[in-house]
Amino acid sequence: MLATLGRRLLTGLAVVLGVVTLTFFLLHLAPGDPVERLLGPTATAEQLAAQRTALGLDRPLPLQFAAWLGRFARGDWGVSIAKGLPVAAVLGAAWPATVRLVALSLLLSYLLGIALGALQAARSGSRTDTALSIVSVTLFALPGYWLGLMLVLVFTYWARLLPAFGAAGIDSDYLTGSAWLADQLRHLALPLATLTLVGIGGAARFVRGAMLETLSQPFITTARAKGVRPAAVIGRHALRNAATPVVTLLGLSLPALFSGAVFVEAVFAWPGVGRVLVEAVQGRDYPVVMAATAVSAVLVVAGNLLADALAAWLDPRVREGAAPS
Amino acid sequence: MSVVLRDRRGLVGFAVLVVVIGCALAAPVVTSGDPNVQGDIVATRFLPPLATDRAGDFHPFGTDRFGRDVWTRLIYGARVSMGVGLLAVLVSVTVGMAVGALAAHGRGPLSALLLGLTDFALALPRVVLLLLLAALWRPSTGLVILVLGLTGWMSIARLVHGEVRALAAQPFVDGAVAIGARRLRVLTRHVLPNALTPVIVAAALGIGNAIMLEAGLSYLGLGVQPPTPSWGNMIASGRDTLVNAPWVATAPGIALVVVVVACTLLGDALRDALDPRRRGNLA
Repeated sequence: MLATLGRRLLTGLAVVLGVVTLTFFLLHLAPGDPVERLLGPTATAEQLAAQRTALGLDRPLPLQFAAWLGRFARGDWGVSIAKGLPVAAVLGAAWPATVRLVALSLLLSYLLGIALGALQAARSGSRTDTALSIVSVTLFALPGYWLGLMLVLVFTYWARLLPAFGAAGIDSDYLTGSAWLADQLRHLALPLATLTLVGIGGAARFVRGAMLETLSQPFITTARAKGVRPAAVIGRHALRNAATPVVTLLGLSLPALFSGAVFVEAVFAWPGVGRVLVEAVQGRDYPVVMAATAVSAVLVVAGNLLADALAAWLDPRVREGAAPS
Repeated sequence: MSVVLRDRRGLVGFAVLVVVIGCALAAPVVTSGDPNVQGDIVATRFLPPLATDRAGDFHPFGTDRFGRDVWTRLIYGARVSMGVGLLAVLVSVTVGMAVGALAAHGRGPLSALLLGLTDFALALPRVVLLLLLAALWRPSTGLVILVLGLTGWMSIARLVHGEVRALAAQPFVDGAVAIGARRLRVLTRHVLPNALTPVIVAAALGIGNAIMLEAGLSYLGLGVQPPTPSWGNMIASGRDTLVNAPWVATAPGIALVVVVVACTLLGDALRDALDPRRRGNLA
């Protein structure tokens, strides 16, 4: 168990290292220069060269990379070229918003998706199953940014119920207690609904498949033969066994969820990491892009490890080390 | 194929795709012509669906802020979006099959290297890579195809790897080797054709995904560039006029959902038809 964990940690570290290496060289090989953007069109060649030297951008790439890696590992993430603020502060302000959005939508979409999928599998072949299949396939096919726009159209412009962008109202600093909470929730509603609806489809489809697979196993027949109530067969015998692949999928879906969040953040002007990343890539803000990529890679790898650990906890067969491939 | 079409999902998915691809191919016939033509902007912009402008042209889905016909742009956009989706998946399948087959066939370090590469690429946050690649070079249709193709091959490589490994133990492979076929010939003529089924399923599902990602990139302004219509950049341009002309963003979005649903249904039907174990528990 410990040896497996150690190997997984090493692999994870290698993945993170690979991601940052790839990002660094792609970023620096691409056309576009942060210094020109910073100093504007009136800057002279000498000013540009001086600023490049000051930022260390005139040194050979491998040296720059080694220097960045060393500083990053020690916790010095540098200063944003475009904003002049420490990168840690820029990201630190953005992370809570993204984590709040992604974690809540992950929880909601999997809870609802598992409920839908289990219900479908229990009623396999019935009208309910067909109807819910149509719903889940449609949700699965919805692009988040478009669904977001449609929700804004309906709930903001037509119904005038919910705000369309941002994470808080302009007066939020003056609100306290329940008024503040209501403001937060109202702003969270549309982005969260978008990400969750998009996520339910995939989860429900997968759970339905995993449950049907489990329900065809001999031990389910045994349980039924023993006279276990149908609801208990589904809830206690089947769902628990179908949980392993679902939890693994949960880990694997983290990158996709993060991707979805990037688009949804763009639609709702949600002040999260996705928006910081898009802006930084467009502005060639090297330190911000590097740190954001590194942190999201770490989170994705950690999420996968956590999902595997959870799967092992749920399924003793996996715990024994015979990991299913 | 007939098994797939007897499945209701397969039939619906197939029919929808045939209609959409047919319309896209016959775009000059089913539309009023050039998707970028701007008439009298003041008189023809933001016409609601089913309106007829002063020149007597009928606009089934209305017009956008430049007075361009949304239906015409939708159909020409289908050419771009579906074309990008198909070609991107073609790139994914080619790379994935090559990597998967080599990893299963080769031994020792090469195999380990390729498998490691696959796992590594699978763990990359795809959208970060897409954002980087698409933002780094001048956005163009070709770049979108390449980027989507090169970030989507990993699951195919894994599938092919598993299939080839399983097939290599089959008697017919021993037979081919016994009559003196070279290793490469055994791989390409005997093993790979038999490993194609799961690849076809993955490709059908992948096309829908690629179309959706293309639209996402175009929506962020990193994909197909205006004035060339693609569903993504149509949604993006409709975003600014959402309040007074919601049809501009609604139409391409619905088209996108319909096509992705069709791809998914067809993929599901294919998977069940090709996997005898799953026949019988069709929804």
